[in-house]
Amino acid sequence: MGLGRRLYRGEIDVDFVGRRKLWYSLSAFLLLFSIAGLVFSAATNGSPLNLGVEFKGGSVFTFAAPQATIEQVRETMTDAGVHQPIVQQAGSGWRVTTETLDEANLTKVQESVATELSVDPKQISITSIGASWGGEVANKAWIGLGVFMLAIILYLSMAFEPKMALAAIVALVHDLVITAGIYAWSGFEVTPATLLGFLTILGYSLYDAVVVFDMIKEVTAKLGTTSKKTYTMAANDALNHTLIRSLNTSLVAILPVAAILFIGTTVLGAGTLKDLSLALFVGMLVGTYSSLCVATPLLVTLKEREPKYQAIARRLASTGGGKGGTKRAAVAKN
Amino acid sequence: MARPTSGQSKPGRTLLVLLALILAMGGAMFLQPAFTPKLGLDLAGGTTATLSPNTPNGTPPSEESLNLAVNIIRERVNGTGISDAEVAKSGDNIVISVPGADKDEVIKLVGTTAELRFRQVLAADAAQPQPSTMPTQAPTPSSSAAPSGQPSGSASTTPSVQPSANAPKPSASPTGKALSSALTSPNPSPSATAPARANDAKANDAKANDAKANDAKANDAKANDGKANNAKGNDPKATPSATPSADPAQDPSLAGIDPALIKQYNELDCAKNSGLGVQDDPAKPYVTCDQDGTVKYILDKAEVVGSDIDTASAGVQQTTGQWVVQLDFKSAGASAWSALTTKAYQAQAPRNMVAVVLDGVVITAPNINEPIPGGRAEISGSFTQESATKLADQLKYGALPLKFVRSSIDTISSTLGNDQLMGGLIAGAIGLGLVVLYSLLYYRGLGLVAVLSLVVASIITYEAVVLLGTYAGFGLSLPHIIGLVVSIGITADSFIVYFERIRDEMKEGRRTLRAAVEVAWVRARRTILIADAVMFIAAIVLYFLAVGGVAGFAFAMGLTTLIDVLVVFMFTKPFIALLARLKFFAKGHKLSGLDSERMGPETVRTTTPQEA
Repeated sequence: MGLGRRLYRGEIDVDFVGRRKLWYSLSAFLLLFSIAGLVFSAATNGSPLNLGVEFKGGSVFTFAAPQATIEQVRETMTDAGVHQPIVQQAGSGWRVTTETLDEANLTKVQESVATELSVDPKQISITSIGASWGGEVANKAWIGLGVFMLAIILYLSMAFEPKMALAAIVALVHDLVITAGIYAWSGFEVTPATLLGFLTILGYSLYDAVVVFDMIKEVTAKLGTTSKKTYTMAANDALNHTLIRSLNTSLVAILPVAAILFIGTTVLGAGTLKDLSLALFVGMLVGTYSSLCVATPLLVTLKEREPKYQAIARRLASTGGGKGGTKRAAVAKN
Repeated sequence: MARPTSGQSKPGRTLLVLLALILAMGGAMFLQPAFTPKLGLDLAGGTTATLSPNTPNGTPPSEESLNLAVNIIRERVNGTGISDAEVAKSGDNIVISVPGADKDEVIKLVGTTAELRFRQVLAADAAQPQPSTMPTQAPTPSSSAAPSGQPSGSASTTPSVQPSANAPKPSASPTGKALSSALTSPNPSPSATAPARANDAKANDAKANDAKANDAKANDAKANDGKANNAKGNDPKATPSATPSADPAQDPSLAGIDPALIKQYNELDCAKNSGLGVQDDPAKPYVTCDQDGTVKYILDKAEVVGSDIDTASAGVQQTTGQWVVQLDFKSAGASAWSALTTKAYQAQAPRNMVAVVLDGVVITAPNINEPIPGGRAEISGSFTQESATKLADQLKYGALPLKFVRSSIDTISSTLGNDQLMGGLIAGAIGLGLVVLYSLLYYRGLGLVAVLSLVVASIITYEAVVLLGTYAGFGLSLPHIIGLVVSIGITADSFIVYFERIRDEMKEGRRTLRAAVEVAWVRARRTILIADAVMFIAAIVLYFLAVGGVAGFAFAMGLTTLIDVLVVFMFTKPFIALLARLKFFAKGHKLSGLDSERMGPETVRTTTPQEA
């Protein structure tokens, strides 16, 4: 039976938890790779991430001038007294990034673009950011992140148990670091919209983990001294059981994001849509992987240390109960 | 439709309740009527500026000073007659949003810090005659307080100031801005003493303060070039009416004033340019209007400034029962204030008035009835509670001046806004389409339920956004749209959780579909609620700890999460319970998504197409 077919029928049996070592090494490699990227980028570009104007300060002019050439646009800017314009083209639109200009110079550039490129001045979009503003946005994001993690740890500790909360949060940090690493290596610009994306990833990554943990909790609740399964096996069964749902969910969640990414890059050029969806796209892929291969194995590692489950494991090992046995556990009935 | 169930659920009833809710929201839209969401500036085009307070020692500003600053900027916005502009606090920042992409207008509004100064009046005059086309929304206080036009002798009709320790002198009940007859009569007489009530005197109550005298045409004079009051392009109508032919140099009240100032004063047209938002130099004399644009002044240099004020408050004077404004000066300010009031007291009208200039315009110009030492003063006039409180707040701003730095300014042209809106909508449509397609392929008959659920969720979301826009001024922005599109996945996920549970139950093969639907629901419900709670916590944290776009995104995510719970509980579940009674599903038709090929414990059929 083909894999697609087995997926469709929900008969899938992958020993996720048994391959813990593999996932841990893969994640360790990815984390190191990401941190190396951040360090390398900091060493070469002076900043671990390629921060957008919103964080560094600067002015951005967006306008449509279909007939203009890139040289013309650049010349228009330097004529108006801009030192080092960064000119990007998207469709028929132009996006020019400059140093932070004061009001007089903003107006000067606006007039210069209007006359030399014959653009209606009312159709020129201008964003100007003071350098201190980005720092404030970033600070707020960090505070938000901290509060968010605390709130989630508390909530999951109540809804499930502290160990599950811990595993979920570790997976979450793992996702963030790897996403940041991808941004560092690729040089994608980090804007407030990107931050938005990062923060959303948190939600998703947890959301996934919550559904898996919910099933694990249900399946492992029945484990007692006489049970024929170790915590590892039970967790693995639960994971396989929700695998279809996890893959379905991730796919269903990524589809709209991919749509935004597509629209954002083709129709609108650089901008909020693209920045956000790119972060989400990368983050969701990492998040799906981590909820299956990081959060659950980590939880199992934590739980297997508990005397109760150690006892079960010892008993099964002595009676020759399957290591890595993957017989499907009957789903709990109430 | 539904037969009466013997079971634990009454799906038909729940669905009817949901239908009633949707119709009620639709009805509310009809009442307005409003059928499209209110768009934010990044979609409709407009300018947003963010101001961050710049306190000397970096401490966050007090709530009170921030509120005062917001009010002052609001006054500026109202003064320029820009429609639909919004001034709002966002954390410690102030955000000004103005529809229509004219950044210069906004920069003028936010480019300067409002300062408070006390200046002796050197000359005063009725400003331009009221424009014949008064803005309709401006109240006309003169209808209630029609000036009698008779000289009122000694009764002063301007607010007056006296040491608050003294028993206050009751001031005349009718109010108005007194102008010396020397200035209001066409032929100025040298001995102007008895103040008469000018014909355009306005009742000094709060309503009058809001009256917009200047018409809603934005002036084109640049307020930032320091020469605020050079009304450009004077047309013949814009000559001062009060002194049409008199040579100002002969007017004794203008004696000793720099001719350049007099020229500026004569050319000043308050209707065109009241001077609001100008940063006046305290070391120089200054020409400006009052805040209603009805009187213009030449003012001496500022002897006392806002930072000399310790506090100000409004209260009722015990002996007279009138509303008054109490003003306390700091020690350095007290001696300067004493000197200023002494000087004014000894002068002839109109120089016996001290004008309080806030943000470039005169907010009040009380007569000085006696020198006021000791640093405590009381302004009386015929205040209402509202107008007294407002004046006290305005004076208080002098004690809590707040300097701002412009953190960001964002001008979105209407075309870019339109592109972003289209982009967001197209992305949403594609995203929704892909999810629908996937659900139908994978879940077949059940997928139809998912699709219908998404449709219901979309309808409710749309209604909610429109109603929030109408009743709560919620403007849909790009981050909101992105939040809504991204949340499609979360909504769809709830259905997936439930469907997978139903399939689990059916795989056991021990239950009928109708029973399985109920048992699976109990389990799925818990998962859905916990997962949605996590999303909701995320949304709340982001909403309260984020700036600008992030908050909008979080709001959309929170809204969707709530709607998701509503739809799953009130539509998806009852709808499936109804479907479970149909043969098509109950007998496991191949297209139902609950077929035996799918559910059977073992199977040997290989003819079905493969999907995944």
